[in-house]
Amino acid sequence: MPSGLLPMSSPIVDVQKLTKRFGDFTAVDQISFEIQPGETVGLLGPNGAGKTTTFQMLLGVVTPTEGSIQMFGMDLMKHREAILRQVNFSSTYISMPYALSVEENLRVTGKLYGLSDITRRINDVVKNLEMEDIRHKLTRKLSSGQMTRLTLAKAVMTEPKILFLDEPTASLDPDIAHKIKAFLKEYRNASGLSMLYTSHNMREMEEMSDRIIFLQRGKIVAQGTASEVVNQYGEDDLEQVFLKIARDR
Amino acid sequence: MNIGRITALIARHLYLYRRSFPRLLEIFYWPLLDLVVWGFITMYLAQEGNEMHGAVTFFLGALIFWDILFRAQQGVTISFLEEIWSRNLMNLFASPLTAGEFLAATMAMSVFKVAAVSIIMAFSALFFYSYNVFIMGLTLIPFVLNLIAAGWIIGILTMSVIMRFGQQAEVLAWGLVFLFQPISCVFYPVSVLPTWLHPVALGNPAAHVFEGMRGVLLNHNVPWEHLGWATGLNAIYLLIIITIYQYTFSVCKERGMLVRVGE
Repeated sequence: MPSGLLPMSSPIVDVQKLTKRFGDFTAVDQISFEIQPGETVGLLGPNGAGKTTTFQMLLGVVTPTEGSIQMFGMDLMKHREAILRQVNFSSTYISMPYALSVEENLRVTGKLYGLSDITRRINDVVKNLEMEDIRHKLTRKLSSGQMTRLTLAKAVMTEPKILFLDEPTASLDPDIAHKIKAFLKEYRNASGLSMLYTSHNMREMEEMSDRIIFLQRGKIVAQGTASEVVNQYGEDDLEQVFLKIARDR
Repeated sequence: MNIGRITALIARHLYLYRRSFPRLLEIFYWPLLDLVVWGFITMYLAQEGNEMHGAVTFFLGALIFWDILFRAQQGVTISFLEEIWSRNLMNLFASPLTAGEFLAATMAMSVFKVAAVSIIMAFSALFFYSYNVFIMGLTLIPFVLNLIAAGWIIGILTMSVIMRFGQQAEVLAWGLVFLFQPISCVFYPVSVLPTWLHPVALGNPAAHVFEGMRGVLLNHNVPWEHLGWATGLNAIYLLIIITIYQYTFSVCKERGMLVRVGE
């Protein structure tokens, strides 16, 4: 089958026995999971559980020790460029060049991903994320909420098939966090986008995710819908499950 | 190699330089200051001893040529540091951009910097000291190209060390190139060095460029042998250093250091 052409039921992401060791320390230990087209999967776990390392391997910036990552039916190690053209990410923990304006940063992103209609896409994303007032503002002058919107704009303007979101609402006030979540849900419904989502806000995870994967010490310890995971542990809610898993060290 | 992605990175740096006064200062201020100081030294030496006249006029040319090498190195290394300072490496390397395209963009930026600095210095030398660097004619071109290549080699080496050892190695961006200056024989011939250092200097392509340049200015003949050595050594070292860069890049990805280099 030619690369990139998938049957309807094929997963967008297919991770098998993924492992990452840094010397003696195993950050990610033989995890396997799939993400279906249009599905949002929440990746949960306490600090150091292996979420960020998993993200970084999926984005091709950290090389796995063992296992395989297939996206769109292609192996990430062999078809990195073709895959990453269809993937993007946003994280509270990254930034963009401070001395460039919002529009300049988006323009550079458009060129990096080989987009042909950059101006149209910038206009769309600026409008959808209510960024008209900061379009020509220097990135160094943005508030944390505005910076989150910029990294999100950078991610969605390339019209990815899957979006990796690392705590996209961390450090945002409830109003902006609500707007970001509303935008993501609307965008997902309109585009059929798949998402892999991390957050330490359990209500947000329940609200955003179709399915949840719990990581602890690099291993998958639970997965399913939020209610399935809650029932599996016999707790009242996801937060209680999180506390139980996090404290079971 | 995708030209569009390379031009994206060039555009990113041009946006930055367009509105950054300190970065423009780096292109204009230091080269001009160097030129003023060395210009006066040259004038003083010329007044003191006529027999040295040919040699002292060489100082200004040597200074301009050394700056070409220095700016070529800086163009590569500083472009990389800019990405670390703005915590942008993750954005770049999680995109379709390849390590080779990133390197090509830094090399292109280095050519822009060299062009800007050289034009400023050459015309300032002509205006203030009536020193015409273009008296070397067309032989200037292979000399300049070899100096740019020598600057790239040191720049890529510095970038690889910073990538591997993190920001604690950042000081090398300004310091490492000067380790090569004594054996580049910028202002004196190789024969001035102790005999045991001759093979070391002659293994340095920059030393052949400066020896060759002295040949043109003092003896008015084109030293093809030195040009040949400079070109051959540069080609070999470039191949080796690009291999080292690619290897360092893959080691950093394996150890998870690529995204942590600025932290």
